[in-house]
Amino acid sequence: MGKPTNPYRADFPILTTEVNGEPLTYLDSAATSQKPQAVIDAITHYYTTSNANVHRGVYTLAAQATDQYEAVRDQVAAFIHAKKREEVFFTRSTTESLNWVVQTYGNQNIHAGDEIVLTVMEHHSNLVPWQQLAHRKQAKLRYIQLTSDGQLDLADAKRLITDKTKLVAVVQTSNVLGVTNPVQQLAALAHQHGAIIVVDGAQAVAHQPVDVQALDADFYAFSGHKMLGPTGIGILYGKYSLLAQLTPAQFGGEMIDNVDWQTTTFAAIPQRFEAGTPNISGVIGLGAAITYLQQVGWPAIQAQEQQLTKHLLTGLTALNGVSIYGPLDPALHGPVVAFNLNGVHPHDVATGLDMAGVEVRAGHHCAQPLMQYLQVSATVRASVMFYNTTAEVDRLLAALTEVKEFFQG
Amino acid sequence: MSLLKLNDLYKTLILDHAQHPHHHGQLADVPGVTLNNPTCGDVIQVQLAVQRNQIEQIAFSGTGCTISQASASVMTDVLIHQTPAQAQQLLHDFSQLIMGETITATAKKQLGDAAVLGTVAEFPTRIRCAMLAWHAAEQCLAQIGGPTNESKS
Repeated sequence: MGKPTNPYRADFPILTTEVNGEPLTYLDSAATSQKPQAVIDAITHYYTTSNANVHRGVYTLAAQATDQYEAVRDQVAAFIHAKKREEVFFTRSTTESLNWVVQTYGNQNIHAGDEIVLTVMEHHSNLVPWQQLAHRKQAKLRYIQLTSDGQLDLADAKRLITDKTKLVAVVQTSNVLGVTNPVQQLAALAHQHGAIIVVDGAQAVAHQPVDVQALDADFYAFSGHKMLGPTGIGILYGKYSLLAQLTPAQFGGEMIDNVDWQTTTFAAIPQRFEAGTPNISGVIGLGAAITYLQQVGWPAIQAQEQQLTKHLLTGLTALNGVSIYGPLDPALHGPVVAFNLNGVHPHDVATGLDMAGVEVRAGHHCAQPLMQYLQVSATVRASVMFYNTTAEVDRLLAALTEVKEFFQG
Repeated sequence: MSLLKLNDLYKTLILDHAQHPHHHGQLADVPGVTLNNPTCGDVIQVQLAVQRNQIEQIAFSGTGCTISQASASVMTDVLIHQTPAQAQQLLHDFSQLIMGETITATAKKQLGDAAVLGTVAEFPTRIRCAMLAWHAAEQCLAQIGGPTNESKS
């Protein structure tokens, strides 16, 4: 109590609202982050002053819209340290980005008997598309297991990634266990065996600096809405040499060079991969989100999130009868903590917390195979972002204590 | 603060049913339907046997939250010894009640303990939990056949 409020809170209008008569305590940023006023304003400003379709018109307004849209491509390329701006293109979501890799690279390069190596902590979006491809192609899926404290088992990775491996698909930061995987080492392993690596960065990009060149990722997928941007905008990065070999997944407007009755030549990369009118306002909002994140800066973001995660882990550990999934060491834990109150179903816990204005996720977190691996049907999950406060974490802990008393007597 | 509001949803009767469920277990050689709640991965199986146009045996198994377990338990109490046609009507009435629709006093009385779950209507995210076992029972009856196609006006 009495602590100075977090200076970033005032930038997020939703954080001053109430839920069920209690102040909103938003602890579900891993599902989607809240949006700062700067992002909301950028979208309004675009529709108010610059709305026109991109890459088409010869008139001034269309040129303005196109310039703003393409400027965000530069921003994204710089944000993830891509070598060229052409290596970045826009999709609808992380899921669409990953499906795109499956439908193009996967479809062209995975054959019967090939192996695809995943981890047991994949989100359905980086698991189901590969599984479907493997069924179609009669390829095999292999899953890297965890160590006893919930980290990726590198020894198992070394055993599974072999010359049969064509592709490794791995989440950078787990949306359940909170761990960040050693992508660089996995990429080296994959490349050693002639395979490529596809990285799901959805839970990573808003919480740590990402350098796709240092990681040596062949493809890197993420979405705008988990990094303060709007929903409906996803990003796919791909190494230029790989993109140059791929046939587009979708055809139509905006992606062509010349269309004849029987044949079509395609536009250059990346326009070739952006068929149809894109989510222009989504891209503009994403640009504003990146600008905002960079203004706050990684040192401030990471210091605040590490403090909150530590406070959360310590508080949960101090409550009796709580099972925490993933490493207990805050140094190994991103800002996502999955847990259960022993003997109380996660849905009941979440409803109880909701009555106190504390919004958390309860369920399988789109990771049913991981739930099986952890031998639970579901968990509660609290996730924090730099706009949260330790007072909010305390509110969660207090409400949990009440819920525990209510159900366990 | 939250405790009082929780009492609205988790009434004593509901907590009792969840902790000590009725007709819980599996029946040998009785057909059943298994459904899962895709939001949490919970699985419930409902089995029922109709003899002489009456539900003679009913049971549910599986794990779930307080609401889904209590709802399954009260459902077995309500449906046992009913004819399939009466059961269909009760399933319909319960679903109306949970969706926040007004049902007749008679229908409410026939639903017995299950009527207490009407408060779930105020917690829309939990409707799926409350309906899971009832959907399974509905599918059981449809599989068994009989008067399942009659109009529900």
